[in-house]
Amino acid sequence: MNTPSSVLVVGASAGGLATAEALRRKGYQGDLTLLDAEPHLPYDRPPLSKQVLSGAWDPERTRLRSAEALATLGAEFVLADPAVGLDLATRTVHTASGRALRADAIVLATGLRPRRLPGQAGLAGVHVLRTLDDAAALRADLLTGARLVVVGDGVLGAEIAATARGMGHDVTLAGPQRAPMASQVGPTVAGLLGELHTERGVRLRPGAGVSGLTGRGGRVTGVRLDNGEVLPADVVVVAIGADPVTGWLAGSGLPVGNGVVCDSRCRAAAGIYAVGDVARWHHDRLDTSLRLENRTNATEQAGVVAANILGEEQAYAPVPYFWTDQFDTKVQVHGTLSADAEVTIVDGAVADRRFVALYRRAGRATGVLGWNMPKQTRLRRQEALDQRDEDGIVVLLDSDPPAELAADVEQAAMVCPALAITVER
Amino acid sequence: MKVSVDEDKCCGAGTCVLLAPEVFDQRDDDGIVVLLDAEPPEGLHTIVREAASVCPAAAIGLIG
Repeated sequence: MNTPSSVLVVGASAGGLATAEALRRKGYQGDLTLLDAEPHLPYDRPPLSKQVLSGAWDPERTRLRSAEALATLGAEFVLADPAVGLDLATRTVHTASGRALRADAIVLATGLRPRRLPGQAGLAGVHVLRTLDDAAALRADLLTGARLVVVGDGVLGAEIAATARGMGHDVTLAGPQRAPMASQVGPTVAGLLGELHTERGVRLRPGAGVSGLTGRGGRVTGVRLDNGEVLPADVVVVAIGADPVTGWLAGSGLPVGNGVVCDSRCRAAAGIYAVGDVARWHHDRLDTSLRLENRTNATEQAGVVAANILGEEQAYAPVPYFWTDQFDTKVQVHGTLSADAEVTIVDGAVADRRFVALYRRAGRATGVLGWNMPKQTRLRRQEALDQRDEDGIVVLLDSDPPAELAADVEQAAMVCPALAITVER
Repeated sequence: MKVSVDEDKCCGAGTCVLLAPEVFDQRDDDGIVVLLDAEPPEGLHTIVREAASVCPAAAIGLIG
């Protein structure tokens, strides 16, 4: 494909911004437009459930780049104007306000929309948390109401519960799992998370099926469980997962199914790519179709998509990574952790609340989890995961590395004990 | 190029260290970023720009 002369990025959050930056870094000088449904310049979402909700940060501090840095980018930002349709043949995106934006290459980075409970829409005091405006509304409501029930025991629900408890609220965390985040980190670490929450005064309701909400006078009064019990609440947060924002692509002919379906290059169709939470792509190394909802994925995938827009053929095969901060605990996860994995503590000690756990499946390392040991966790990741998963054989990430790496690469070739690396100048 | 880091924003992912170990490290006790070279040589500018762009906490600032 020839180098495009115009690129449109639909979604100006972390993934969209990183795509634009990577294009410029790689020398792209053509037109660059970022379109977003929200009215805000690019901001960061992970702090919303923590520093912004607690009030430790002014919302302005979530801005991903300064005004100067955005000016240097040389991109046009079209904000507060949701995309409503895509014409594949002409590569044109239509927006709610009636704009028609055509480009040689289009990047879909529209992210997620939180799921809601039936009956939620008509009740005041019930929140989701995805956007800066969501965080502001939840914080304002929390400052007037003492009792919070969080519905959903995944990463977001657990973080919100921890933050609200830290603010002094009466907090109940209700979810279907046996312990918070069990499906993400396995039963052992989830059990430790549950202990942490309980110690700090969060009331856990594991194994709870939620059947709906109760209200009076248009305001929520509680969360009704499957067994008929009602958990009283002044404020409720619904954190039961989110769906990729792809409804606007219906009828476009683009393959959609739990995300925008892409090949290993993150390409959905000729000249159309997807990045971040919304992208389902083929991970060659894991040999599976994957969609990752985490912050690091958005920026790493953006780099590969930018390269491919400019004519490279890079497959995207990252080591997945996410982190969560709850109370004073930092959990870091590199790789994939299956619930049935064999878990070994390889550094620190669980009793000290400071450890690194290695997750193995069928004898092979698949993931590393750190509890208050971020650096040591990253070192274990490099040791255990940054090689081909199945057999540890070298993976060539860049067959034509930049000039500044030439000396390092020649050194690597020289010291390789199997003489397996060949360098041609 | 001048590099700055915001320790309060840093989440300890170590993405910067994986990309540019000549410029970044992490503290042993809490994993927060340590800036080894605030004015890296020109040969490292591209990789430092990438590190700043992909930092999952937007904790790396660049001037120049």
